[in-house]
Amino acid sequence: MTELAYQETLSCVQCGYCLPTCPTYVTFQKETHSPRGRINLVKMAAEGKITYDEISEAIDLCLGCRACETACPTNVEYGKILESAVEVLTVHKEQQMKSRMKTVKSLLFNQVVPNKNVQKVLGTGLAIYQKTGLQKVMHKTNALNILPENLHSFETILPTVEGPMKRNKRKMHYTVQNQKPVFKVGFFVGCIMDTMFSSINTMSMKLLQQAGCEVTVIKEQGCCGALHQHSGLSDKTRQLAKRNIEAFEQYEFDYVVNSIGGCGAMLGEYPQLLAGEADWVKRAINFSAKSVDISVILSQLSLPFKNDLPYVVTYQPSCHMTNVQKRVDEPLHMINSIPGIELMPLPEAHMCCGSAGIYNIIRYNHSMKILDEKMKHVKLLQQRPNIIVTTNPGCHLQMKLGVEREGLAETVRVVHLVELLAEACGIEA
Amino acid sequence: MEQIQQLLYQCIRDEARILTEKADLVSYSYDASFGSYMPEFVVQPLSTEEVASVIKLANNHKIPVYPRGQGTSLSGGPLPVRGGIVLDLSQWTSKLEIDAENMLAIVSPGVTAQAINNAALLHGLIYPPDPSSMNIATIGGNLAENSGGPKGLKYGVTKDYVIGLEVVTPEGDVIRTGGKTMKNVTGYDLTKLIVGSEGTLGVITEAILRLYPKPQATETLMAQFDDIVDAGRAISNILSAGIIPAKLEIMDRASVEAVEAYRPSGLPTNIDALILIELDGHPEAIKDEIKRVNDVCLKDNARAVQIAQTKEEAAQLWQARKLVSPAIVRLKPTKISEDATVPRSKIPEMFQRLKEIREKYNVDLVVFGHAGDGNLHPNIIADERDAEEMRRVEKAVEEIFRTAIELGGTLSGEHGIGTLKAPFMEMELGAVGVDMMKRIKQAWDPNDILNPGKIFPEPNQRFVLTND
Repeated sequence: MTELAYQETLSCVQCGYCLPTCPTYVTFQKETHSPRGRINLVKMAAEGKITYDEISEAIDLCLGCRACETACPTNVEYGKILESAVEVLTVHKEQQMKSRMKTVKSLLFNQVVPNKNVQKVLGTGLAIYQKTGLQKVMHKTNALNILPENLHSFETILPTVEGPMKRNKRKMHYTVQNQKPVFKVGFFVGCIMDTMFSSINTMSMKLLQQAGCEVTVIKEQGCCGALHQHSGLSDKTRQLAKRNIEAFEQYEFDYVVNSIGGCGAMLGEYPQLLAGEADWVKRAINFSAKSVDISVILSQLSLPFKNDLPYVVTYQPSCHMTNVQKRVDEPLHMINSIPGIELMPLPEAHMCCGSAGIYNIIRYNHSMKILDEKMKHVKLLQQRPNIIVTTNPGCHLQMKLGVEREGLAETVRVVHLVELLAEACGIEA
Repeated sequence: MEQIQQLLYQCIRDEARILTEKADLVSYSYDASFGSYMPEFVVQPLSTEEVASVIKLANNHKIPVYPRGQGTSLSGGPLPVRGGIVLDLSQWTSKLEIDAENMLAIVSPGVTAQAINNAALLHGLIYPPDPSSMNIATIGGNLAENSGGPKGLKYGVTKDYVIGLEVVTPEGDVIRTGGKTMKNVTGYDLTKLIVGSEGTLGVITEAILRLYPKPQATETLMAQFDDIVDAGRAISNILSAGIIPAKLEIMDRASVEAVEAYRPSGLPTNIDALILIELDGHPEAIKDEIKRVNDVCLKDNARAVQIAQTKEEAAQLWQARKLVSPAIVRLKPTKISEDATVPRSKIPEMFQRLKEIREKYNVDLVVFGHAGDGNLHPNIIADERDAEEMRRVEKAVEEIFRTAIELGGTLSGEHGIGTLKAPFMEMELGAVGVDMMKRIKQAWDPNDILNPGKIFPEPNQRFVLTND
């Protein structure tokens, strides 16, 4: 399906209502980097009036945050247009790419991201690096300065990764005692999340358990496919989607719950992804109907809070949580439910932080400009927050990087909503 | 070309603000109306000096210059129909000063009306003009097009709030018009001449705008009517009772049906018209007034009237109006939004004539708009790929224009003439009227470099609604 979504571009009436919602338009300050601009470029390319190479920069620099869709008065399916363009450009570029780059990219997307074992090895390496104190030595000696700036920046904000012993010890099943479970939950662990932030997954499951759910991690689950989809590899995404649908179909869960804004969005879009395959659509719809973010389940139940958290916090929502999953109130409700918390709304919170999958790695400089805008808004808050709350690992790392770049690392913590809830409930990973 | 590019580098301090890549040029080739025209350069000035030097250069070399805000024009205002330079003023947002003592705002051209209003609110003031694009469109564009919005009835439109301008003339000189005083009769009123001149007489580089005290409270009411003529009578009777609503919006049956099909909220789909009213002012005064509005509506045969008790309920009532646009484009992708305006008393008749036009040309026409000031928005939904349908649409729109003028109204209440409505100018103004305007243009812009090809029809120009 390597074709530009031309029909979809025709729904754009070019009113421009999307412009102020677009982080790249606001930051890079030209129409070319706006949703309306990109839709028009895709349309022109489909009509053969401009070449793929000429539109490539504009498409590459889109974060895919899809904030534009929320402002669109004519319901243009921007996500579909963008993905079609990324896919077409990927095929186009691959035809020109040197074979060595092809191998690296194919290794990354076909082997590393969807492969649990490879990630475990990577995760273990990271854990050893951090636990042995090598990390501190590296920091103190400035040995890291030999790394290119983008990789170097990320090194300083990497979370403390759980060692393999601890992660492997995690239970696969959390039962509820003395009562019938409120919900039977299948837990979706994700791949980056389960490598970098596996402790958040563990806490998520313990929170669900405390709220009365029976939680199971099934081994058959795999990568959601979001990163592949955003990189124009939709065939691979469809494979991964089918694997997950098949895996969860074999169990009787009330919900499939995740704590990852980005993956949750992808899981919810399986029906659109598989729309062309008659024998899969219905199964995808059934799967997606059950797939929800943890905040949605927890906000229906009650948590046994034990500790007052006397923090001033602000919340940076994940774009895919807001614009694709359309879950805006539930995370806010959960934050506000914590005893002692004072929530200060972040100005322009709907603007992407610039993390956007792997955008901050491959488009580091552009991503940092967007992050600087975001941090400007954090600094606009009347009171400096103790904590910035996020709901997605990518945003989590990016906001940590933002805090680090502003020299606020000593005073401002960045946490996942689940970590905050766990702290209030006295739960540890 | 090469030489001009080199000269432009001398005008603009930062090379990144001179765009020449094809993807960039394509991105400034359109606005929210129809048609696409490639410029040779896009320049993003950030100061009066930069604008003046670009205009001087253009005037010396006789290159067309097209001033542009955020490209939300519905009439083709910023389209570079003869190529040349697009002057993108949207990024020039550096000045937004509120002079609370004199109740004024002094602003750069790229600032939005929304931003001005937000800044004013911090001082307990408002900037009343509220075009529906106020969150996106620049004040420069609002001034050039003399934009209005729902609040036009009580508060007037953009021109009623401008008392001073800084303008770069088509020959590259900088002048100031008006000033900071409410009263000023020194010489011709160039401020009012520039406002609404659609970028053909000068480039606005700074504006002094009046602000108003913020009304203390608002009340919202919705009334449903079985006959649109009753709705029209109710509107007249509300106004003659001495009540001037801040907003007074109407939706016809087709738009109510579309909204209910899109996102059902329990509105009856067999009503002929629905009106939405917002009053603002002193809380006690408007509490009394909203009751009187209620009574007038019932007396004029409203089927049901609802007064919002809370802010949330008010937002809920307005939701129907907000959903019209997304609801109607679900049928077909192309939306032609018109703004023909008639004297208020002619609204029921205009509705009747629009109904006939819908049947005569077999087009999907829905009508909603600012009933209080006679500014309706007949919207036709079509598919631009269907050439036969588009021809019918063009004919229907032509007839809408003719009807508005016949009823003593105008071609355009708030969108402007641009390229789109130029062929109809003479119909409204007469040959001499158009000629007087042309003479003004020639006196100001002898080389015809500033937004050429707008307002005045080209020889044999006909009305077209397609993009090719």
